[in-house]
Amino acid sequence: MTLSHSSIVDKAAETAAKATPAPIAVRVRGLSDRAIAWLFIAPAISLLLAINIFPLLWAVYLSFTNYRANRPNAVVEGVGFRNYQRVLTDPDIWQAMQTTAHFVFWTILLQMLIGFALAYLIDRKFRGHAFWTTIVLIPMMLSPAVVGNFWRFLYEPQIGLFAYAVSFLSGIPTSQIQMLGNVSLAPWAIIIVDTWMWTPYVMLICLAGLRSIPDYIYEAAEVDRASAWRQFWSITVPMALPFIMLAVLFRGIENFKMFDMVTLLTGGGPGSVTEVASITLKREAFETWATGRSSAFAIVLFVAVFGLANIYVKALNKVKQR
Amino acid sequence: MSAINSAHSVVEPSPTAKRIAGAIVILYALITMVPLAWIFLTSIKSPPDSISYPPKVLFSPTVEGYCNLFTTRTRQTPDYIAALPAPTSTCDEVTRKRNMVIAGPSNFLPRFVNSLVIAFGSTFLAVFLGTLAAYGFSRFKVPLADDLLFFILSTRMMPPIAVAIPIFLMYRELGLSDTALGMILLYTAVNVSLAVWLLKGFIDEIPREYEEAAMIDGYTRLQAFWKVVLPQATTGIAATAIFCLIFAWNEYAFAALLTSGSAQTAPPFIPTIIGEGGQDWPAVAAGTTIFLVPILVFTILLRKQLLRGITFGAVRK
Repeated sequence: MTLSHSSIVDKAAETAAKATPAPIAVRVRGLSDRAIAWLFIAPAISLLLAINIFPLLWAVYLSFTNYRANRPNAVVEGVGFRNYQRVLTDPDIWQAMQTTAHFVFWTILLQMLIGFALAYLIDRKFRGHAFWTTIVLIPMMLSPAVVGNFWRFLYEPQIGLFAYAVSFLSGIPTSQIQMLGNVSLAPWAIIIVDTWMWTPYVMLICLAGLRSIPDYIYEAAEVDRASAWRQFWSITVPMALPFIMLAVLFRGIENFKMFDMVTLLTGGGPGSVTEVASITLKREAFETWATGRSSAFAIVLFVAVFGLANIYVKALNKVKQR
Repeated sequence: MSAINSAHSVVEPSPTAKRIAGAIVILYALITMVPLAWIFLTSIKSPPDSISYPPKVLFSPTVEGYCNLFTTRTRQTPDYIAALPAPTSTCDEVTRKRNMVIAGPSNFLPRFVNSLVIAFGSTFLAVFLGTLAAYGFSRFKVPLADDLLFFILSTRMMPPIAVAIPIFLMYRELGLSDTALGMILLYTAVNVSLAVWLLKGFIDEIPREYEEAAMIDGYTRLQAFWKVVLPQATTGIAATAIFCLIFAWNEYAFAALLTSGSAQTAPPFIPTIIGEGGQDWPAVAAGTTIFLVPILVFTILLRKQLLRGITFGAVRK
C-alpha cells in the first residue's frame, strides 16, 4: 500500500501489534473475530462503494456515450473513444490544464518557502511561540469559499483594503490595482489568497519535520565545528525533506482539484485567464450539459491526479529510505 | 517532549536569535489576521462606511449588517414610515432610518440550520462508521487490508466536480437532489476516509493487552470494544469528529452543485447576499463572521491534533 509506507508513521505500535500472538482465547459465545471484522468494516466500504465507486463507474460508462443530462429522454448512443479524443485535443482544456499547472506551481513554491521559513523561526522556540503558532494556523481552517468571497471585497480597486495598502506602500493609484479585473494580475490574486490560506498548513508539517530531528545530531555537528550554514544544508534540510515532500503532495492534490476559492474570487475570469480545470469541467458538465464529454474529462483528471500522486509517492519513499 | 528538548544547551538558539525569530513570526501572524479583522469590522459598519475611501478604521459601530443579514426589507416613503407605530426592535429602528421597513426573515437562518443539520448528521455517521472500520483494520487480519485502506484514501483524491456529475444523476433518479439526507450521505462518504485513517492511528496506539485482559476476564470481543477500547479512544474520536465537522461545514463545491433551495447550506448562500445596488458587504461580513466563529473555537480546541488531522494521520506527534 503506497501511502501508508510513504507516511512518516511511527511504526512501533504496528510492529508491537504484529508480535502479539493471535487472540489468546477465542470465545465460543458471541461472534467470531472474523465475523466482527467484516461486520465492522463492511458498512464503511459499502457506503464508499455506493457513493464513490458506483458513481465513478457510471461516469466511466457515460464517458463513452453522447448522453446529455438536460435531455434525459433522448436516445443514448455509444461513441467509443470519441469523447476522450475530443477532450485530449481540445485547446480550451489544454489551456485550463496550463492555468492549473501555473496555479499549482506558484502556490506550492510560495507556500513551501514561506511555510518552511515560518516553521524554522517558530522552531527557535521564542517566548509565546505556542500561542502565535495557533494564531498563524487559523486561516487554513476556514472555508475557502466563504473567505474567498470576502477577499473579493478586499480586492475591490476603489474601496478595498488590499488596493489601499498596496497603493499606500507603492504610490500606484488604486484605480490601477485591479487585482480581479486585470488579465495579468488575476492569476496572482488567486495565488495570494491560496498562499495566505494554506501557508500555515505547510508550516505545520515542516515544523513536525524540524522537531523530528534529534538534538544529538546538531550536537555532534557542533563538536565537529560545522558552521550554522553547513548544519542547515547538511542536517536540517535533508532530514526535513520527507516532511516537505509530504506537504507538497497534499497541497498538490488539493490545488489540482481547486474549485471553490477560484469560483468565488474570479469565476475563471477575466476572460478565462484563471479558469482552472475544475471550473472548465463544471462549465462543460453543468452549463453546456455535455455530460458524456465532461465525464471523459473527469476521468482524465482523476487518472492524472492519481497517476501523478503514485509516481510522487514512489519518489517520496526513495527519499525516505536514503 | 518539551522536557527532552529543553535539556540540551549546544543547540539552544541565542536570546537575540529567539527575539528576531519571534518578531518576524508575530509580524506575519498579525498581517494574516488583517483580512479576518476586516471581516469583523465590516460586519459592524454601516453600508456607507463599509465602502468609503480611504477604508475606515474608526467609525461608529452598528448592528445594521446583522439586521440586513437576517431580514428582507422594502423601501417605503417617509410618510408611510412616519405613520407606523413605534419600532419594536433595534433592527426596526435601524431599517427605518434608511427609509425601509422589514418585510420578513431572510433565507440566512434556514441555510445556517441546514449547515448545522448536514454537518452534524454527516459527522455522526462518518465517525460511527469510521470507528467501526478503524477498529476492524487495527485489530483483525483483514485480507487485502492495505489495498482496502488505500482504496478508502484514494476516494478522496477525486476532484469534487468529477464526483458531482454522476452523483447529480444518481440523486436525480433517487429523489435525493436538494435534500439534507442526500448531502449527509455524500459528506459522510467523503469524511469516512478521513475518519478511518485518523481513527486507525488512534486505535493502533491503544495497547491490545487491555482488550485481551478484559477478554480473559470474561468479556466478549464486542464488550471489550465497547467498554475498553472506546473509552480509551475518546480523545481521538473527538478530534476526528471535529475534523469531519469542519470539512462538512466548509464544503462548497458539492453544496453549490447539488443543492439549490431547501437543502442549501450557508457557504453557497452567503456570497449571494445582495442589497440595493450590489453586494451588501456589511451583511455578507456579518454572515461570514457568524459562520467563522464556530471554526475559530474548534481550531483552538484542536490545536494539538491539527497536524495529525490535516495529514490523514500520516504525521503524528
